[in-house]
Amino acid sequence: MSTWAYDGTAMFGRQLRRMRNNPGLLVLTQTMPVSMLLFFGYVFGSALAVPGAEYRSFLVPGLLVATASGGVMTGMFQSAQDVHRGVTDRLRTLPVSRAAVPVGQAAADVVVTAAGTVPFLLVGLAVGWRVEGSALGAVGAVALLLLFRFACVWIGIFLGLLTRNEEAAGQLGGATFLLPLLSSAYIPTEGLPDGLRTVAEWNPISAVATALRDLFGNAPVPEGAAWPVAHPVAGSLGWCAVLLAVFVPLAVRQYARGKR
Amino acid sequence: MTTTYTVLSEGLEKRFGDVRALRGLDLAVAEGTVCGVLGPNGAGKTTAVRLLTTLLRPDAGSARIAGHDLVREAAAVRRRIGVTGQDTSIDGDLTGRQNLRLFARLHRVRGAAARAAELLDRFGLTEAADRPASGYSGGMRRRLDLAASLVRRPEVLFLDEPTTGLDPASRTPVWDAVRELTGEGTTVLLTTQYLEEADRLADDIALVDRGRVAHTGTPAGLKSLVGTHVEVVVADADALVTAAGVLDRLTGAEPSFDRERNAVGAVTGDPTLTLPRLVRTLDAAGVPLLDASLRPPTLDDVFLRLVGGPGTPSDHPAEDEERAA
Ligand SMILES: Nc1ncnc2c1ncn2[C@@H]1O[C@H](COP(=O)(O)OP(=O)(O)O)[C@@H](O)[C@H]1O
Ligand SMILES: [Mg+2]
Repeated sequence: MSTWAYDGTAMFGRQLRRMRNNPGLLVLTQTMPVSMLLFFGYVFGSALAVPGAEYRSFLVPGLLVATASGGVMTGMFQSAQDVHRGVTDRLRTLPVSRAAVPVGQAAADVVVTAAGTVPFLLVGLAVGWRVEGSALGAVGAVALLLLFRFACVWIGIFLGLLTRNEEAAGQLGGATFLLPLLSSAYIPTEGLPDGLRTVAEWNPISAVATALRDLFGNAPVPEGAAWPVAHPVAGSLGWCAVLLAVFVPLAVRQYARGKR
Repeated sequence: MTTTYTVLSEGLEKRFGDVRALRGLDLAVAEGTVCGVLGPNGAGKTTAVRLLTTLLRPDAGSARIAGHDLVREAAAVRRRIGVTGQDTSIDGDLTGRQNLRLFARLHRVRGAAARAAELLDRFGLTEAADRPASGYSGGMRRRLDLAASLVRRPEVLFLDEPTTGLDPASRTPVWDAVRELTGEGTTVLLTTQYLEEADRLADDIALVDRGRVAHTGTPAGLKSLVGTHVEVVVADADALVTAAGVLDRLTGAEPSFDRERNAVGAVTGDPTLTLPRLVRTLDAAGVPLLDASLRPPTLDDVFLRLVGGPGTPSDHPAEDEERAA
């Protein structure tokens, strides 16, 4: 096995062990979307009309994507914690390939996210959500979701290495809960005022949520939306490619150079 | 025979904004020896260790570690060093055993599990091995940290203030580990604020002041250069002159008086002056002795003598008091 893959695997294992030993963050990030599904689904569901869909079927893919965007927070918190505790410095004095540490972290996070979607989707089924499209479409939807999560974690890793501080990362991480609010994760963007609608539709979360709804067959692509939402699958892939192209090199560089 | 220097730095400089942490650091550590880098808080010890272990890049100067250029061959340097930084660097979410296994795997150690168990045993951590490291006491963390830097026997071991903040009982295994490693040929560079620690462990001492090496020598040389403080306290002021006369004869140095405490002191470089001899001589001269002490020189004494000042003013007065105590 190449150095890179070997180190990455070791770091991947460490990340999983770390989450198992300290499941607090994991429990929070898993129970949050379920409670939001029940709360939004039954409170807003009675007041909101979504063109061509049941609100709860519209909400399930939206919450999946909103939760995936929480990868920014998780990634940031974990890498800031590593810097803060000196773990990053120890790893940097080892003969470990530079990319292995963040790669292992991001990969482990995606695996955990994938496992976490199962209980969430079971609750989704219980409240009436179904795969209304093809099985292939559903597989594509999950793959796209995980790709988006992967991209989000890299943003988080970079920000965590930059802030270097657990508390600051925690506070900044809290702000990432706001990101899905200005997107089509919870509400259709058609009803928003023009300016706000444009902003919301250029939010990557909107493109991915729309793509998931399209691939699961839960809701139609909205009319007259901005390009990434009007072409949701291409738009989502584009967003992921851009985010990864920007944040992977930034994170790896930041990791390698440390505190200067 | 020519000496091989395992750590050799020339003119290392590092600046943080306006602070010149290192201003041309020259160090030479011979293979298989222990070099004690001695200096007060803020002298630049940690910065030096972070540079020499590839964590920071020097602004100027160069260094070779185990024959490899610090900057151009950083990967080769990392394969040959072990590092225990000033602050602990272990993953509190993992157990002690998991930490060591991870570092052993990353070091490509065959039989990582066995190596981890061996180190846990050696540092008295077997009992706590399977508990999360976040629950360890300060001394346990420090020992785990040290164990982590030994998973693969390093050619050069860097220890940044390895025993600062440890109780005396926890210092012993750290010192033992250092001696054992040098016995096996590892070169050690350790920083410390304690002259006593450098004296116990180091073959050579580099005294660092304001980012530069101010003096080098052996611990014995350094100590005899400064000398031992002798102080006696007498029952009444009239006896002070007699006591001073005795001290003058024994040490050959100018005595200094502290009249408020009825005390008189002097400095000696004479290793044969022991406490019994001091007390006997004073008693024979009829001095009503209340207290007598021989105090080995501290870092402060060394600085006063060699640098002519108290060294770098510290950002941490509390630690200074600790050091003076
Ligand atoms: N990252 C940093 N940013 C700014 N100043 C620093 C940094 N690291 C160290 N310094 C400063 O550099 C000087 C040397 O610090 P350090 O190497 O930690 O000394 P020591 O380890 O001997 O106590 C101090 O004045 C310290 O405040
Ligand atoms: Mg220091």
